[in-house]
Amino acid sequence: MTENIVVTSGKGGVGKTTTSASIAVGLAKRGKKVAVIDFDVGLRNLDLIMGCERRVVYDFVNVIHNECTLKQALIKDKRFETLFVLAASQTRDKDALTQDGVQRVLDELAAEGFDYVVCDSPAGIEKGAFLAMYFADRAIVVVNPEVSSVRDSDRILGLLASKTRRAELGDGKVQEHLLLTRYNPARVAAGDMMSIADVQEILGLTVVGVIPESEGVLAASNSGVPVILDDGASAGLAYDDAVARLLGDELPMRFIEAPKKGFLARVFGG
Amino acid sequence: MGIFDFLRSRPQNTASVAKERLIILVQQERSARGAPDFLPLLRRELLEVIRKYVNVDTDAVEVQVQKDGGHEVLALSVALPEKGAPTMAANEA
Repeated sequence: MTENIVVTSGKGGVGKTTTSASIAVGLAKRGKKVAVIDFDVGLRNLDLIMGCERRVVYDFVNVIHNECTLKQALIKDKRFETLFVLAASQTRDKDALTQDGVQRVLDELAAEGFDYVVCDSPAGIEKGAFLAMYFADRAIVVVNPEVSSVRDSDRILGLLASKTRRAELGDGKVQEHLLLTRYNPARVAAGDMMSIADVQEILGLTVVGVIPESEGVLAASNSGVPVILDDGASAGLAYDDAVARLLGDELPMRFIEAPKKGFLARVFGG
Repeated sequence: MGIFDFLRSRPQNTASVAKERLIILVQQERSARGAPDFLPLLRRELLEVIRKYVNVDTDAVEVQVQKDGGHEVLALSVALPEKGAPTMAANEA
């Protein structure tokens, strides 16, 4: 059984592509056969985050328009045998994606024995975002502890419950996971940022992972190595925990407490 | 918290403000979700009619479809201005 996982958020810049790359790598690291697809036609970036931008010859839109085979367009990851990237087209507009075409690609990946297909959604709620979520079995809704991101996430949760194949066929609900990113425990402690509990209460969902704001994320995208592969970055470790939870493990959240202040900092204010 | 903190002005806890605003907003948007498309127009026209008689605020009319057991109820609520506020009729007089 192939499981389609959409990584979505509504709002842009919250960490969808970073999350897609790290989730895909985390699953492949555990021996799963994984394809990760960039649905952001015209503004592709997954290839950069995955570090395979110079190996893109054919893309998702070429496959949909029968200009190449799926095999030709799948870019094999250099680090993991079972991980493949399908890049978005950089030149076409979003109408280049069709529902039939997307379905055909997903069906073919299922026939090829893929365990997971991770669909990296574009921001917004236009066609690309709609098609990225339409065939989903699960959804990872990426949210920042910030008002516009939380509001948009709720909108996306509404769409997942109505505008997906599962919703239309009455075929069970899309399994929803909330992933809180750019979390800054010190600012939460200071009352400047909503806490995990706040976001969970507003959206009525529990989080599958909390990714701390971390310098490692920028370093990872700079070098084209998904941050989950950086054992020294708290964000990388937190992503690895999130993948384990997606697969059913129960792990406590890490990196969610503010660092303790020293005695002098406490006396004189930090 | 340091002993000199009282010298600084204490900033408001903005996270709790954000949370309160979002709880109200999300609840509102969820109840509007799946409701018939004509609700916003209905609301606007009702507002126009009501404003012929009473000088209410533009956000005074609320229209919602509520599920009540097996059937749906169209709930209208109109917040009237406080006593003493002039009505349109009074203005014309």
